[in-house]
Amino acid sequence: MRGMWRRLIDKYGYPKVSITILLIILISVASCQKGQSVPSLLVDSLIRIGMNGILVLAMVPSIVSGTGLNFGLSLGILTGLLAGCMSIEFNLRGGTAFFAAVLISIPLSAVVGYLYGWLLNRVKGDEMTVGTYLGFSLVSLMSIFWLILPFKSPEMVWAIKGRGLRTTISLTDRYAKVLDNFLSFKFFGNKIPTGTLLFFCFFCFLMWLFLRTKTGVAMTAAGDNPRFAEASGINVNKQRMIGTVICTILGGIGILVYAQSFGFLQLYQAPLMMPFAAIAAILIGGASAKNAKISHVISGVILFQALLTISLPVFNKMIPEGANLSEIVRIIVSNGVILYALTKVGGDECNG
Amino acid sequence: MDNIDLKKNLKKNNYKRKIFSVLTNNSVPILFVILCIIGVYYSGLSVKYVTDEVVTRIGRNLLLVLALIIPVIAGMGLNFAIVIGAMAGQIGIIIVKILDIGGIGGFLLAVLFATPFAILFGYWTGKILNKTKGREMITSMILGFFAMGLWQLVFLNFIGNIIPVKNPEIILSRGFGLKNALDLKFIQYSLDRAISIKIMGINIPVVTLIVVALFAIATKYIVKTKLGQDFRALGQNLHIAKVAGINTDKKRIIAMIISIVMAAWGQIIFLQNIGTLNTYASHEQVGMFAIAAILIGGATVTKATIGEALVGVILFHTLFIVSPQAGNNMFGDAQIGEFFRVFIAYGVIGISLVLHAMQKHSSKK
Repeated sequence: MRGMWRRLIDKYGYPKVSITILLIILISVASCQKGQSVPSLLVDSLIRIGMNGILVLAMVPSIVSGTGLNFGLSLGILTGLLAGCMSIEFNLRGGTAFFAAVLISIPLSAVVGYLYGWLLNRVKGDEMTVGTYLGFSLVSLMSIFWLILPFKSPEMVWAIKGRGLRTTISLTDRYAKVLDNFLSFKFFGNKIPTGTLLFFCFFCFLMWLFLRTKTGVAMTAAGDNPRFAEASGINVNKQRMIGTVICTILGGIGILVYAQSFGFLQLYQAPLMMPFAAIAAILIGGASAKNAKISHVISGVILFQALLTISLPVFNKMIPEGANLSEIVRIIVSNGVILYALTKVGGDECNG
Repeated sequence: MDNIDLKKNLKKNNYKRKIFSVLTNNSVPILFVILCIIGVYYSGLSVKYVTDEVVTRIGRNLLLVLALIIPVIAGMGLNFAIVIGAMAGQIGIIIVKILDIGGIGGFLLAVLFATPFAILFGYWTGKILNKTKGREMITSMILGFFAMGLWQLVFLNFIGNIIPVKNPEIILSRGFGLKNALDLKFIQYSLDRAISIKIMGINIPVVTLIVVALFAIATKYIVKTKLGQDFRALGQNLHIAKVAGINTDKKRIIAMIISIVMAAWGQIIFLQNIGTLNTYASHEQVGMFAIAAILIGGATVTKATIGEALVGVILFHTLFIVSPQAGNNMFGDAQIGEFFRVFIAYGVIGISLVLHAMQKHSSKK
């Protein structure tokens, strides 16, 4: 018994094993509870998985290229939100609006990602701390800009003041659910968001292909062992730059997918902690600060989002008056997993 | 004749160079002095009002900022984990609230109850940071977030349930969990107004300032002792310190305990001034604000002094007081001012982390 446990831990790591066990317990509790529909819980989880998938996938290029967990993913999220607002300002609707937003976000994110990558190449070893605070400060700087940017569309600006974007912008008449509704079908009376899931799988496939191209292999080598890569003629800084740019672009696309499924664009302080959720998900999937695969993304986002989705109704039924329990679980699990990963990187005895 | 002229010139040049070096060495505080002057001017608030507020805020916040100094000297960077110290302080306050002991006695009792918790938390934090050498700052930050989750679990769900407390004044009507805001009128100003004098209409919390000054002196004293020398050795080079026979892991834990205990006491002083405990929010911003303040005062990730802490608190809080009004008068929107001060807090931390990392990176090459 103990040997098997040991082998499980060695193969999948503590976070993945413990979260899986927690999830199994939650699902079995849910199936015993009266008035709890397990299929609908699972479909809800699927929706959340599709929503968050690409944001988690964005961590892969960053980890693989050696810049570590990207706490500055909020930069990409900000450009994505900006593109989302621009598409409404141009008065587009439906699928066109969504894909226009994606297309606008890509060059924006690329520029921001380039600048971010330039900075990260100058702060090697401290990417995580710098990324976190860069993310925080740009989210609050952007908060000022959301107030003063010259958007005019009455759907987005405050009705009374006539300027300044609203805290949440409804997408109901624009591009809410455009992917979710694509090819969607009913399962036990619940709609499956086929389009979003396909979109996520498509991007996973693209990333999988990319990691097998020449650039992808060079990037992996640069992240794996920078000195060795440098010696064999790979420009490590350039590879890190490519990784950061792709990560930022995926962050932008990811938030648009998130917004269309959620039905709202959330501005101001909303993106502040989003990178933490993405990081927690990929770490639960079994990735570390140095190694990440597509399989980590998929299993991580499934486990983490299913845990969050299922824990809320289950806890509410179990302890009807229990306050905020699923939110507390989210905070403890996501930060606990990140802490665990930090202790596992192996301490370099340098000063810092 | 020529010679004297030359000497004069040389002297002048020397002065110039001196002024220049003072300017470049203190560029951050100087920049913020300018920002503060602009802010005060545009806010239209009277200088007397601003000074009064700043004096109160020095008493209220300085100890929390002083708590940052020792970890910096010991090479552990900016200690975002003072949030955990603040939580220990709040535990002390909550216990006193349950026992309902008011006045200065209640205050001292809160300090007494908070200390063992703070020591324990400091020990754990130190243990974890010893496993993540070189990444102390990100770890202490995440540790703070993690602790906030535990805090909610304990005080929103366990208290009144697993922890038997039945006090309808502080427990939510459903029977467990602390209320969102606890009234601390019973210990408010117990320290600030123990002896209070007015100078030119400005209230001076004499005892608080004396207590904080004592802590400043104590910090200075610790740095001068053998322990302080060890801290500095750790800060200079962990490797060499280890080779020189210093038990580095133990010293780092001690540094962390000192910092967390000071933060706990600092939070108690903070709360006795504010007069209400926002059970689930009071500790959230403690780390960020204290760190932003000390950095604005001119400290860096590897160097921090008491003077910098004081200057930083004055500048940061002046900006804090005036920015909503100034934002309103300059842009016609108070919210811009609000966001601006949040941006300043995050931005100043971000920039100083970038500068530190760049320096470290270039010195490694």
